Amino acid sequence: MIQQYANPARFNRLAATLMPWFAWPAGILIVVGLYFALFNSPPDYQQGDTVRIMYVHVPAAWMALFVYTSMALSSAVGLIWKHPLAHLSAQAAAPIGACFTFVCLLTGSLWGKPMWGTWWVWDARLTSVLILFFLYLGFMALQNAFDDPARGERSAAILAIIGFINVPIIKFSVDWWNTLHQPASVVKMSGPAIHSSMLIPLFMMGIGFTLYFCALLLLRMKTLMLARRARGMSMAQLHQQTAE
Amino acid sequence: MSALVLILRREMRLALRQIGDSAIIVLFFVLAAVLFPFGVGPEPNMLARMAPGVVWVTALLAAMLSFERLFTPDFEDGSLEQLALGPAPLEMVALAKAAAHWLTTGLPLMIAAPLIAVLYRLPDSGYGALMTTMALGTPTISLIGTVGAALTLGSRRGGVLLSLLVIPLIVPVLIFGTAAIDAAIGGFPVRQHLMLMGGFLLGALVLTPLATAAALRQALE
Amino acid sequence: MRFFGENLSCVRGERLVFSGLEFAIDPGTALVLTGSNGSGKTSLLRVMASLTHPTAGHLAWQDGPVADDPERHHNRLHYVGHLDALKPVLSVRENLETWAQLHGGTDKKIALALKKLRLEGFENIPGRYLSAGQRRRLSLARLAASDAPLWLLDEPTIALDAASVDAVRTLIAEHRTAGGMAVIATNVDLGITETTTLNLLDFAPAEEDVWEGVT
Repeated sequence: MIQQYANPARFNRLAATLMPWFAWPAGILIVVGLYFALFNSPPDYQQGDTVRIMYVHVPAAWMALFVYTSMALSSAVGLIWKHPLAHLSAQAAAPIGACFTFVCLLTGSLWGKPMWGTWWVWDARLTSVLILFFLYLGFMALQNAFDDPARGERSAAILAIIGFINVPIIKFSVDWWNTLHQPASVVKMSGPAIHSSMLIPLFMMGIGFTLYFCALLLLRMKTLMLARRARGMSMAQLHQQTAE
Repeated sequence: MSALVLILRREMRLALRQIGDSAIIVLFFVLAAVLFPFGVGPEPNMLARMAPGVVWVTALLAAMLSFERLFTPDFEDGSLEQLALGPAPLEMVALAKAAAHWLTTGLPLMIAAPLIAVLYRLPDSGYGALMTTMALGTPTISLIGTVGAALTLGSRRGGVLLSLLVIPLIVPVLIFGTAAIDAAIGGFPVRQHLMLMGGFLLGALVLTPLATAAALRQALE
Repeated sequence: MRFFGENLSCVRGERLVFSGLEFAIDPGTALVLTGSNGSGKTSLLRVMASLTHPTAGHLAWQDGPVADDPERHHNRLHYVGHLDALKPVLSVRENLETWAQLHGGTDKKIALALKKLRLEGFENIPGRYLSAGQRRRLSLARLAASDAPLWLLDEPTIALDAASVDAVRTLIAEHRTAGGMAVIATNVDLGITETTTLNLLDFAPAEEDVWEGVT
């Protein structure tokens, strides 16, 4: 019945084949990228060595948006075509995305201390990311709030799509709110033009993070499938006992 | 009589029989707003400066408390099944529910808002904008809250979870609601803010019934 | 007009409850669903009402599939499930009116329905004062308060005394004489004659493990 839509066993084999192609390049890119970022790129003329936080902060921000987009897409696929692996993929992606978002907020805060002399500034970008973080938390909380897991994943899928439509509106509002309330003297994160010696490690980190996400996603999907299988087995057992 | 009118009449009849539920929400609104001066001190200039934000934030928090009752009783006693099996599509049921929520919660909050503004000594030039933004913003909140209520229907965490889902989504309404009042007080044009809020309302009016109906179908499944 | 389902299967809580299920009901007939607890009687009724979507298979009337026009399907059925859909703050009459008017029931029919279910004299009593049996009867009164050819009843006689069971039996008989159809999920013999029985256990699926290949 479910096989007509997707075959978990086939997916499992595909995942096993793909895994090393994601995991190894991810590891290599992140290590090499970090080396360039920490030792082999120029310090900023204004910010000094603190600018190196950017090499984690900016890719983490990219990932925060990228993962949410992927969640919304797989949620839509799950709702429209009732593809069971699609919901599973959204479910697997959410905590990873939330972690990237948290890393982005944390590094933003660490960056803010030397730059602005305070751990938190209501900067437009950071505030938008904070709200995105709440959207992730809402998704995960809704997913786990029901006794019937199927209900949780479908409701969370609807929420992911609503959130996705809202992200640009929130971003626009927060940008607007920020220009209204903040004097222009605040240094923007995107302030200085980026030199290519900084751009290359930044892209390496970005691609590395993306591949790392793919590897982690496959791993988590497999874990969730195993958990579901265990649940199915105990349920079958229960059913057999009541039938006897 | 059309199904929409019948459902709306049912909702209003039920709400009026349990008018205490709405009254308690408005009471919470006033009480929460009264708390702030105890926290920050009674300095008139500061209170006047805070007024638009306090009115809007406390109105939102009060509205949060009301959403859980929107579908839960109907879900638990089987009325929602009967509404779903009625002649009207669920989208229309969702719209009727949101309209009834606005009439019984949004409108009373809107009427109580100037009272709190008086307590905070909102400058006279701000009242027009306050009422207009409330008139445009509270229906939007009712509509978005309806989605949240439908999504969390039958969940273990109910109300708190609902707030977690809805609060991030209504940040834009809060931003432009307070900004319009601030602009009016400062003598700046408010047209742009109000048009944006009108846009949010129209967008919510079109999209939220679809999302609510989809969520209700999942809940009944 | 005939109402039928083909090759229906249904998943509840990640478990396949029944599969390959077929049924057909003609005007004037009644279908009794039997089977042990958890065999899917309620699930099948909810599928028939289109509250739950079947995982596979389809439902149709003679003039077209249910999925093509769900609102038309809703107008053709009454569903009385485990829950009463009664509001404690509304009176007996108001409670019945709410649902009957949605389906085009007139004041006259509402009064008649209250009489048939032996609720005369209770019209103005608020719902919160009703006993379990009275609530059940008020819920069943929806059947008589507006017309619909298909009745879907889930354990209709639960909590009813003997006289009320008789009233329900008469109600179903009248409905059938007028060319109506009834699907009744029950494990007790209601004494309704000339019925077809469908045992859900005949459609219990073989256990299958879709996640088997995942190691």
